[in-house]
Amino acid sequence: MISPAPARRPQRVALFVTCLVDLFRPSVGFAAVKLLEDAGCTVEVPALQVCCGQPAYNSGDRATTRDIGRQVIAAFEGYDAVVAPSGSCGGMLAHHYPGLFDDDPAMRARAEDLAGRSHELMSFLVDVLGVERVAARYDGAATYHDSCSGLRELGVKAQPRRLLASVEGLKLNEMASPEVCCGFGGTFCVKYPEISNAMVSEKSADIAATGADTLLAGDLGCLMNMAGKLQREGRPVAVRHVAEVLAGMGDIAPIGEPERGEPEPAKT
Amino acid sequence: MSEARSQILNTIRRSLRRGELSGATREATLARMASPPLGPIPMRAQLPPAGRVKLFCQWAEINNATVARVSAAEVPGEVAAYLARNNLPARAAIAPSSQLDGLDWKSQKLLELRRGNAVASDAVAITGAFAGIAETGTLVMASGPEHPVTLNLLPDTHVVVLCEGDIVGGYEDVWGRLRARYGKNGMPRTVNTITGPSRTGDIEQAMELGAHGPRRMHILVVRE
Amino acid sequence: MQSTSHAFNENVDHALADPNLQDSLGKLKVGFSERRRQAAERLPEFEALRDRARDIKNHALANLDFYLEEFERKVVALGGHVHWAPTAADARDIILKLCQSMGARTVAKSKSMVADEIALNEHLEAAGIAPIETDLGEYIIQLRHEPPSHIIAPAVHLTKDQVADTFLEHHAKLGFTTRLTERNDLVAEARYVLRQKFLDADVGLTGANFLIAETGSSILVTNEGNADLSNTLPRMHIVLASIEKVIPTLEDLATLLRVLARSATGQESSAYTTLNSGPRRPGDLDGPEHYHVVLLDNGRSSVLGTEMQDVLRCIRCGACMNHCPVYGAIGGHAYGWVYPGPIGAVLTPQLIGVEEAGNLPNASTFCGRCESVCPVRIPLPKLMRHWREREFERHLTPAAVRQGLALWGFFARRPALYRRLTGLANRVLALFGRAEGRYRALPLAGGWTRFRDLPAPQPGGTFHSQWARKRGAR
Repeated sequence: MISPAPARRPQRVALFVTCLVDLFRPSVGFAAVKLLEDAGCTVEVPALQVCCGQPAYNSGDRATTRDIGRQVIAAFEGYDAVVAPSGSCGGMLAHHYPGLFDDDPAMRARAEDLAGRSHELMSFLVDVLGVERVAARYDGAATYHDSCSGLRELGVKAQPRRLLASVEGLKLNEMASPEVCCGFGGTFCVKYPEISNAMVSEKSADIAATGADTLLAGDLGCLMNMAGKLQREGRPVAVRHVAEVLAGMGDIAPIGEPERGEPEPAKT
Repeated sequence: MSEARSQILNTIRRSLRRGELSGATREATLARMASPPLGPIPMRAQLPPAGRVKLFCQWAEINNATVARVSAAEVPGEVAAYLARNNLPARAAIAPSSQLDGLDWKSQKLLELRRGNAVASDAVAITGAFAGIAETGTLVMASGPEHPVTLNLLPDTHVVVLCEGDIVGGYEDVWGRLRARYGKNGMPRTVNTITGPSRTGDIEQAMELGAHGPRRMHILVVRE
Repeated sequence: MQSTSHAFNENVDHALADPNLQDSLGKLKVGFSERRRQAAERLPEFEALRDRARDIKNHALANLDFYLEEFERKVVALGGHVHWAPTAADARDIILKLCQSMGARTVAKSKSMVADEIALNEHLEAAGIAPIETDLGEYIIQLRHEPPSHIIAPAVHLTKDQVADTFLEHHAKLGFTTRLTERNDLVAEARYVLRQKFLDADVGLTGANFLIAETGSSILVTNEGNADLSNTLPRMHIVLASIEKVIPTLEDLATLLRVLARSATGQESSAYTTLNSGPRRPGDLDGPEHYHVVLLDNGRSSVLGTEMQDVLRCIRCGACMNHCPVYGAIGGHAYGWVYPGPIGAVLTPQLIGVEEAGNLPNASTFCGRCESVCPVRIPLPKLMRHWREREFERHLTPAAVRQGLALWGFFARRPALYRRLTGLANRVLALFGRAEGRYRALPLAGGWTRFRDLPAPQPGGTFHSQWARKRGAR
């Protein structure tokens, strides 16, 4: 699953942006690009990507998922690696795509090929490229949430912590239960809002108990869910994607906070 | 009744898209049952005799039994002393086994023993054990004329006389001994494997001893 | 057991608002998972044993007909009887007739999920026979007229105080008029009350954790000793077991035992693991004269050979629900039937229909924690997704969801159009969200904003539009 030796020649990497990063927080994408380029990769962003198809997949709509899958497979053909700043999208490509095409051997083979080249960002940097440290600074105490797909499908656990350990000024306070689901689950959080709320409330309390001023994770869906709850509860925790901090972008407005120095909006 | 049987078996075969097992497949499955393959056996179930005894005692104590290592001659005295130490009556139902009969109970003048199975009013039972499993500190009791099952369950206190030589490494060794004693595929009516006193976690997940079976278990590990 | 799974959402509301339940779940979440983790750590061979356990169950299922026949042969040779029950009604009838043949007035029962599945207790009561639950947790909920909320700890949803109140209410007429406060006193009182019932019972009925084809044995794994009293004191022992419980050999049993207790409670072994092989033998001083095994199908034989087959590997340890954050938020009753948690989410639609139980496989984030602790490696999230696929095919998915998906899918298949739409959404949401950086309320997003704020998009446009500007269009 993970190649032990760091790649020597520069990798031609395609960035899988993810729909949430594209719509809500492009800085995550730019942070990913910076980290990949600093590690010696050339990064391209195939234009025809939209989504990995999970909303359809997890709703039981295999037909739509397969259509989207075919698009993704075609768009990302030919790159050495496909990297997503997301464990859930990375897992979709790396684990779930091949099974969608059991009835179509040619497509299945292409899906297997893509699966073999698909990675989550942290795991790609550490396990494949052998990156051990970053040249970033972040003054503060952070806690790290292990997003479920990244953790359980892709084995992402130690890698972000390894890189965070090299960030000057950053202290890591672990939660009591960093591996417990935050309650996002894609459409789950709006189909079963009360249960989702119970889960994210517990996560919020766990975060607060660490005394950290910053929450980090590798999946924007989880981060938006937790940020929204922390803010609704009035907890003073800045929420960021781990790639942003590692890329030295830890000073931009955190998730759910306005840009500093914004002019007063016209009242609408 | 046999119609129901056919219905179930036929549905299974239809689902598995095959008929009744036959030929080589049937032979192979029969062979697997006749010579059962082993799964992974934990290292701790494969210790030499001295290590086995020590491990058995450790696990038995972790599981809330008390253990005394004694010689055969010391057994009756230790039983009487244990009952006295714990303010228990010097009266017990004792398994009618030749192993226990061979011990010098008469040396304990105040100890009243009744041979046979247990009844509701018995406070203490004394039995032997078919084996002890070092892997988990578990006693193995095989039912029979010499070991009524009620002795394992009804009284509040269960005293067990276990020979060191009967302490085996793991479950697999117990199966071997059962087959040796009762024949291949022969079994006593009941094999109770018992790990410590009865317990429950059904109230707030905190463990309490003495749910329905014995509250107290004392194991005498007897050296040869 | 009557199902309330169709009322899942109402069940959830009650569960979230129940302080006693939430208190109990708080303890459960930390307790069981920590103990399992420690037990797994103590045994270096644990992962290899899990793989082997999965393989044993797969082999047994692939040869289920053969092993059931072998099991029957051995039981009959030992002097016992085997009854085949294709449906729940068949099992109920068989058991009732057996009890009536003994002139039974009471039946000492040890915990059996299958007995709940076929609604056995009500059937016996209607015929004037009193089933006495002897497992402490089952006894407590029988007094309270509640169903179990967990497959190995049926009363896990209750606090000690609730148990004390229940005992006071029901034991007072037996002379126990003090309200107890200590757990060990509660246990002692239950032990005393139930002791006579064991001794008086005409029939003992137990489930079985496993059935061994090699020896014709039924295996019971308990901690209390009640199952063993139930199968020793009465004159008849009835074992009620579903067909997928059969495994080939004693050696296979050893592997499964090694993963069962550790996965369930973190114990190395339960206090009592018993192998019963037929009625009392000549010369035995105790034990039942009659030994009957009732094999229940109730739909399981049709699961073989389907994409759901893996669910039949389940050895009923409860680890999945102990680790499930959804179960940890809502408890077992919310699932509405016999089997809660992740295993319930897969098994319930199978046994009572997806129209009734459709919410269960949907109320999951697919976090995967269940699969990661299942001793026989059942891919529970995948199986839940299969249910969602079947619901989608049969148009059981709520209309709003189907329409939303169809709309989204329309755009997702057309990247250029999708770009324009998201570009527009991005600009609108960014503009109106600029001042606060987030939305406290937003039309169409009520499900989200009811409980949390929604972060606004960063200003500057979508990633793709910014990338095109910065790096030139491709």
